Amino acid sequence: MQRVQRRCHEGGRHHALYYAIMQASRPDQSRGIGVATDAPRAALDRQVREVIEWHFDPSTGSPFWLDFAKKAGWDPRREIGGFADLTRFGQFDDEALRGGPVERWIPKGYAGRPVFVFETGGTTGVPKTRVAFEDFRVDYDIFSATLPDEFFPRGANWLMLGPSGPRRLRLSVEHLAQTRGGICFSVDLDPRWVIKLIKRGWSDHLQAYKDHVIDQAVTILQAGHDIRCMFATPKLLESLALRLESMETTIRKAGITGIFSGGTEFTPQWNRFAHEELLDGAYMTPTYGNTLMGLAASAPSGPHNNYKIAYYAPQPRAAIEVVDFGDPDKLVGYGETGRVKLTTLTKEFFMPGFLERDEGEREPACDKFPWDGISGVRPYRGFAATTTVGVY
Amino acid sequence: MLSLPVLRWGQPYTSIDVDPVVHFATGEPIANVSRANGGLIQRDMRKASRAREVLREMPIDELITRAGRAGELYMNATLPMGDGTQSPDGFVRAQSATTGLPERMCRANMKKNAFVLAEMRSILTSLTRGLALDILSSGHGEERGVPISFQAQSPVVGLVLPSNSPGVHTLWLPVIPLQIGLVLKPGPQEPWTPYRMAEAFFQAGIPREAISVYPGGGDVGAAVLDSCGRNLIFGGTPTVDRYRGNPRVQAHGPGFSKILVGDDQVDRWEQFLDVMVDSVLLNSGRGCINCSGIWASRHTREIADALARRLAGVRALPPEDPDAALAAFTVPGTADAISRAIDADLQAPGVSDVTARFRDQPRMVKQGNAEYLLPTVVHCESPEAAIAMKEYMFPFVTVVECPEKKMLDAIGPTLVCSAITCDPGFRRGLVDAVHIDRLNLGPVPTTQLNWLQPHEGNLIEFLFRARAFQTANL
Repeated sequence: MQRVQRRCHEGGRHHALYYAIMQASRPDQSRGIGVATDAPRAALDRQVREVIEWHFDPSTGSPFWLDFAKKAGWDPRREIGGFADLTRFGQFDDEALRGGPVERWIPKGYAGRPVFVFETGGTTGVPKTRVAFEDFRVDYDIFSATLPDEFFPRGANWLMLGPSGPRRLRLSVEHLAQTRGGICFSVDLDPRWVIKLIKRGWSDHLQAYKDHVIDQAVTILQAGHDIRCMFATPKLLESLALRLESMETTIRKAGITGIFSGGTEFTPQWNRFAHEELLDGAYMTPTYGNTLMGLAASAPSGPHNNYKIAYYAPQPRAAIEVVDFGDPDKLVGYGETGRVKLTTLTKEFFMPGFLERDEGEREPACDKFPWDGISGVRPYRGFAATTTVGVY
Repeated sequence: MLSLPVLRWGQPYTSIDVDPVVHFATGEPIANVSRANGGLIQRDMRKASRAREVLREMPIDELITRAGRAGELYMNATLPMGDGTQSPDGFVRAQSATTGLPERMCRANMKKNAFVLAEMRSILTSLTRGLALDILSSGHGEERGVPISFQAQSPVVGLVLPSNSPGVHTLWLPVIPLQIGLVLKPGPQEPWTPYRMAEAFFQAGIPREAISVYPGGGDVGAAVLDSCGRNLIFGGTPTVDRYRGNPRVQAHGPGFSKILVGDDQVDRWEQFLDVMVDSVLLNSGRGCINCSGIWASRHTREIADALARRLAGVRALPPEDPDAALAAFTVPGTADAISRAIDADLQAPGVSDVTARFRDQPRMVKQGNAEYLLPTVVHCESPEAAIAMKEYMFPFVTVVECPEKKMLDAIGPTLVCSAITCDPGFRRGLVDAVHIDRLNLGPVPTTQLNWLQPHEGNLIEFLFRARAFQTANL
C-alpha cells in the first residue's frame, strides 16, 4: 500500500520515552487509524486492552463502567481486543457526566487517593464533570516535551491568561510551569459569566469584564515577576496585545517569548494575524483540547504552510478521529471534512467515541506525530448556530 | 472569478479565510471574498482619527463635488473590483446573481445611489437646516449672531450592511462629504455596492485612508460596532431591540410601514389602489418602506380582493427579464419557512389568504435552485390577529379592518405611514403620533422618498453634537 507521509518541521525537543515507540514505523495512511500494522496503532491497541481490563475489572473499575457492563450483557474484557472494537460501545453520551454522585466515575483501583474534579463549560444547569488524579499532569508533561526551550525557557515564570475556577486547564498550566521549573501566575476569569453576557447582549458589561481581565494580566506583567511564557485564549491574547500596543509596548517587549493558545477561534487567518501584527516576534503554538480528552498539540505552523494548523492527539492516551457526519463509525478520507470523535484511554478516565461539537479535515501523520490529525477545527455545522464561543 | 480583498484604510489585504459568493440559482461561484477578523478591525481602528484628518484636508464643498463625480463613475465607469474590473452592466449582473434581485431593480437602486451623490449639496443643506457646512469642519462658528458649535462624535461611522436591498446604501453616502470616514461591513450576498462605491470615491479623489471594507461574519460586525463611535446596523427586530437606546448605534430593521385610509376617504378606495399596489410591490417588497399593512374601517374585503387580483398577476420571472418584479430568496429554506409561518397565522379566526383565490399555483414556487414567494394579500377582520403585525421580505400585505378611532393605538411602530384622510382631527392625531417615523398625508406611496428629508433619524444629529461654545480674547 502506498504511504503518504507529510513532513513537519520540527519545532522542539521530543519527550524521548513517549515518542521512541511512535517513531518506529509509520501508519498506513490509506486505511487510517483502523489498521494494526504499525507501532502507533499497536500501542493504541495495547492501551485499549489495558484500559478496558482496568475499567471493567470488578476490583479496579469504576462503578459507572461496571454497571454499564452488567446492563449491556457483554464483557468488554473478552470482546474488546483493540481500538477498532470500541465501536461496540456506540457513541459516548456526555450527559452521563452530569450530576452525582461523581464517585461513580472513580476507579476502585484508585480508591482513597486524592481526587480532583474538573468541570466542562456550560452556563445553565448541572455542569459535566470529570474526575482526575494525575492525568492532567501526565498530559501536560507530554505536551511540555513539545515546547521549544528557546522560547519557553526552563525556569521561566508563566502567566495563565485563561479561565479560572473548576477548570482542568487552570491547574494544568500551573503544573506545566512547575514541571518546567517556573511559577505560574493567573487571573480571575469566570467563562460562564462571559457566555451569559454574550447571550444577554450586554456588550458594555462584556467589554468591561474583558478590560478587568486584561487589567489583571497587565498588572502581573508589570509587577517584576519576569514572566516569559504564557497561556492565553486567542481572544484574550488579542485583547492583551491591543492593550499593550495602546501603552506603546508589545507582548514581546513585555517579556513574553513563548505562548501556547487554543480553541476553535485559532484559525489559520487568526494565526497569521497574530504572528504578523500582535506577537512582535514571540513564539506561539496552537493546541486543541478539552477537559474530557486532554491536549492535542500542533505540528509547527507558520508562513511555510500558510499558517495551517493541524492537531494531533496525545496517542495512545487519547485519539482523535474525523468521522462521517452521517456515520460516526466511518472515517472520512484524508483532506475530507468530518466531525471530531474523541476517545480517552487512561486508567483514570475511559471515554469511547465521544462526538465533539467540532468538525474539521482529517490530516495524515507527520514526522513529529505519526498518527492521524485534524486541521481546520471549527464548531460543528449542526450546532454552530447555537454555539456561543466565549473567552475561547 | 473575482477575488475581493479586505480594504484596510483603502489598502487591500488578502485573508487566508475566504467566503465564496455564489449565484443564487446555479450555485456558480461569482467571487471569493476575503474574510476579516475582529482583532484586525480593532487594530485598524486605532488609526480611525486619520480618516477624518485626511478628509478635513479638503473643504466640504470640494468633497461634495468629488461625491458627485463618484456618482457618475459609479453609474457609468468600469471600476476596479478586487483583482479585476467591473463595468456597470457587470455590476448589475453580479448584484442580481448573488442577491436574487431582478436586474431592473438593481439598475433602479443604482440610480437612487447616484442621485443621492449628485444631489449631495441639497441633501446636506436640508439635513443641516441650511447650516454653513464649514462649521461642521471647523467645529464652531456663528449663525444669526449666535455662536454655534457642532462636534463630530466619531471620526468614522461603522456600517453593518444588509444583502437584501441595495437602496439602503443611500443612507451612508453623505458620510464622506461630512468629513467622516467609512468602515463598511458588507452584507454576505451583496459585497458589490460597498466595493464599487469605495472605488468610485477613490477614483474621484477621496483619499483611500478614509474608507475601510471588512467582509466577514457576525464577529466582524460585532467588532465594527465595538470599535466605531457611531454605527448604523441593518437587521431584524431582535437587532433593533438589542441596540435600542444605545447612542452609538442607529439600528434599522423592519419598517412595518402602513397605509391608513380615513373614514372620510375610504368609500372611494378604488382611486388609491395604484398607490397601494406600488407601496406593496416596488423593489419586490423587500424594503422597510414597503407597505405591509393597509388599515381601514370598512371596504377592507373589497380592497383586499382588488389588491389580490392585481398582485396575483405577478409571476416569478428570470432576473434578467425586464418585467421581473419578484426577487428570489437566496438562503435555502427561507421562503418555505416564511410560507409556513404565514399558513400558521392563517389558522386564526377572521384571517384569510385572499390571493389564494386568484392564484393557480401555491404561494411558494421553485425555479431550479431559486425559491420565490408570490405576492400575498391577507384579510384580517380585526387588528388583534397576529398576522396584522407581520412583515416579510416579499410583496406581503395585510388588509386590516379597524375603526378609525382605534387605528393609532393599534398600528404599533410604523416607519412610513401614508394616511389618506382630510379629517383634521385624524390628521392632528397622526402628526402627534410618536410611533410613526415618516408621515405622508395623502395618497403618497410609502416607497416614495423625499431625499431632502431625514430617514429614521437625522444623520447630522447622529454624527454631530450641538453644544455650547464660547471664546474670550486673550
